[in-house]
Amino acid sequence: MTALLQVENLSKRFRGLKAVSNVSFTVPEGRILALIGPNGAGKTTTFNLIAGVFAPDQGTVALKGRSLTGLKPNQVCAAGIGRTFQIVKPFGHLTVEENVLVGALAREASVETARREARAVLKRLELDDQAGRPARSLTLPDRKRLEVARALATRPTLLLLDEVLAGLRPTEVDRMVDVLRDLNRREGLTILMIEHVMRAVMALSDRVVVLDHGEKIADGAPAEVVADPRVIESYLGAEALG
Amino acid sequence: MPIDYYLNIAASGLLTGLVYGLAALGLSVIFGVVRVVNFAHGEMMVAGMYGAVLLGGWFGIDPLLSAPAMAALLFAAGWLLQRGLVNRFVERPEHMQFILLLGIATVLVNAMLMLFGPDARNVQVPYSFDTVEIGSLLLDAVRLRAGAAAVLVAAALFAFFRFSRTGKAIRACADNPLGARVVGLNIDGLYALTFGIGAAVVGVAGALMTLLVDARPQLAPEYTLLSFIIVIVGGLGSLPGALLGGMLIGVSEALAGFLLMPSLKSLFSYGVLIVVLLLRPQGLLGKRS
Amino acid sequence: MGTLGVTGRGLVLMVLAALLLAVAPFVADRYLLSVLTTVLWFAYVGQAWNVMMGFSGLLSLGHALYVGLGAYVSAALFVHFGIGPWAGLVPAVLAAVLAGCIIGFLGFRFGVKGVHFALLTIAFAEVARIGFDHITWVGGSAGFFLPVGAGENDLLNLRGSPTLFYYVVLGLVLGALALSRLLLHSRLGYQWLAVREEPDAAEASGVDLFRARMTAVAVSSALTALGGVFQAFYFNNLFPEQVFSMGRSIEIILPAIVGGIGTLVGPILGAFILTPLGEVLTFVIEAGGLDLPGLKQLFYGAALVVIVVFRPEGVWPWLARRLRLVRQPGEES
Repeated sequence: MTALLQVENLSKRFRGLKAVSNVSFTVPEGRILALIGPNGAGKTTTFNLIAGVFAPDQGTVALKGRSLTGLKPNQVCAAGIGRTFQIVKPFGHLTVEENVLVGALAREASVETARREARAVLKRLELDDQAGRPARSLTLPDRKRLEVARALATRPTLLLLDEVLAGLRPTEVDRMVDVLRDLNRREGLTILMIEHVMRAVMALSDRVVVLDHGEKIADGAPAEVVADPRVIESYLGAEALG
Repeated sequence: MPIDYYLNIAASGLLTGLVYGLAALGLSVIFGVVRVVNFAHGEMMVAGMYGAVLLGGWFGIDPLLSAPAMAALLFAAGWLLQRGLVNRFVERPEHMQFILLLGIATVLVNAMLMLFGPDARNVQVPYSFDTVEIGSLLLDAVRLRAGAAAVLVAAALFAFFRFSRTGKAIRACADNPLGARVVGLNIDGLYALTFGIGAAVVGVAGALMTLLVDARPQLAPEYTLLSFIIVIVGGLGSLPGALLGGMLIGVSEALAGFLLMPSLKSLFSYGVLIVVLLLRPQGLLGKRS
Repeated sequence: MGTLGVTGRGLVLMVLAALLLAVAPFVADRYLLSVLTTVLWFAYVGQAWNVMMGFSGLLSLGHALYVGLGAYVSAALFVHFGIGPWAGLVPAVLAAVLAGCIIGFLGFRFGVKGVHFALLTIAFAEVARIGFDHITWVGGSAGFFLPVGAGENDLLNLRGSPTLFYYVVLGLVLGALALSRLLLHSRLGYQWLAVREEPDAAEASGVDLFRARMTAVAVSSALTALGGVFQAFYFNNLFPEQVFSMGRSIEIILPAIVGGIGTLVGPILGAFILTPLGEVLTFVIEAGGLDLPGLKQLFYGAALVVIVVFRPEGVWPWLARRLRLVRQPGEES
């Protein structure tokens, strides 16, 4: 089993505040890894360090052995990492199709070919009936799916999902879980997801990494991690497995 | 050329700069709280100048004394402007706010052009040509008074924001509008108040400015840009920064106007602006966002 | 926006408008033709500005800089070296693109954003205005004058009748329209729109923000400079106080704002609304025997406020919806 993504000793401070300190983990090829932890644990910062939004103070990020440290977000995208945003960022005045088209244009110079790819991705995420609508008119669940669609259109080898299930109703969570599982099983897409919906974490992930106060406090199979007293204390507590 | 000569020019520039700084304070207050850049700032200032000119011409009132009247007038105008128009734009994209205020500025400056004509107008005060000797410095009485008044008003403004309940509420509102709303502060009311205070301050600065410069409508866009330069140099949203930036620009303009050609003095200010924008975009005393 | 298809009715109307414009010189008198030329000039520079603000979300309030550089460079080459405008436009455009790239490079590399970026563009335009006041080689503040031709049409040197200039500027407008449309439907165009909407998401989708923004500035400044070349040879006189002024920069942004930022037709429609209204106003003022120098500008300012309050997306999107000139989302093509 080879590691697709290798994160080593990642640290980042903001104005002296440790957001992420000394975090290491690997994401094996073809697997789904969930990153969980309480609010402010440094999950999104870790994402942003991987995606090139910030440069880490210390540590390295490598995809397939190739260092990504210091690359800009668009270069990280070109290297094969697609990402979504926790607070969705659709291109509001563009149509749903055009949103995904922009993602497809990352790999494809021809607009026509990219448009065909975009349509295929939309179909996959069951957004094809909304293709002509402006993105800002979508409902939140549809916007979340649009985030995933746009990221997928960049043809990533690793997909970073930042709370794509938050705020969805249970049936919508199930739909999204099905789509993600399908992408992983059928196309071998590797996924690193930040998620609070534990039901989905347990259903989808092969491994779980837990962050608290910027540090990794657990890393293992979902069932093990959930049973870890430190994890229960810091995070799961009352809402555990809710 | 003796060093005293340069010192004299620098001191004069510093005093003018204090009035510039006061004007910029108004811009900074509004931006710091309402998060809207008042592009009609210079127009409000020139309105304050014309007010002082008219009061001086009709009743022979010293601009220093018409300053409170201008403060009241512009407070009302600013309050109404925020309530009536700007408030709807607080959540809109930046360029929309900019365009709205640009439109208002264009209306104001041309209204003044139509009312007062393009010619320069001034106020006569008995001490127009007096000079005051301080050590080896020989300063114009008008400049000294204008500068002192600017410092006084700025100090009052600082005190208001630091010590009064309303001032504290406005600061809370600037730091965290959502939080301020949650604890029950009337955000819209505070925004209108802030816009009014900012406009009042620039009205005072306009009245004081008539001691130094003749009023012309064409000054309005120049003063808008000058105030922008000052607040960006000092730090957008920082009150001490605006005053410091004003002094800096005042001194450098005075020296540049003397050492180079007078017509090149604003070139110098733009040069300062470009350097600050590039090297320290948050301004000298601003916090990095 | 701007990427939706045109309906049959919209197409008919546009072709009709184009035909009308094409035959205008045969029916219009000299005055009307000069008004139309002004309208088209503002439509053209509005289109050029639209590439930056409308397509890429970069607020430039210093576009007079590119007009001025285009005008002064081509005029200086013509007056001092006898180089005609068609050859002269190359260095004229290059000068403007260079200036644009310097502003863009500094702004984007140093992270100067939003209003601060707009101020940077104003600052450079103002520096140019003050600077050109002191360049005596091109007349300084006293102005720079091109020799007026004998009146014969000479397309090669852009000397001749108002009709000649009318067709040249009409060509510019149609060319800019075609180019804008082509760009908007290209990879670069979609990337611009993405950068305008959500820079972070665009970057995460593989768009090089710096490159996308720089190309927008380069295209916009190049197009604007052509407008400057036209202006120099049409009016035959240049004054830094006018050419580089902040007021001119504002006049340039008005058509697109009134017509619809980011739309293809918006700047053209905006110019057709604003300039004639200004002319009518001038006419009324003169007929009334009044001498009110600021009234026209006051009207423009008020128009700006009214538009931005009531039609923030501009007149064109609203008109197109009302008259069903473009296909609405969901309609089959």
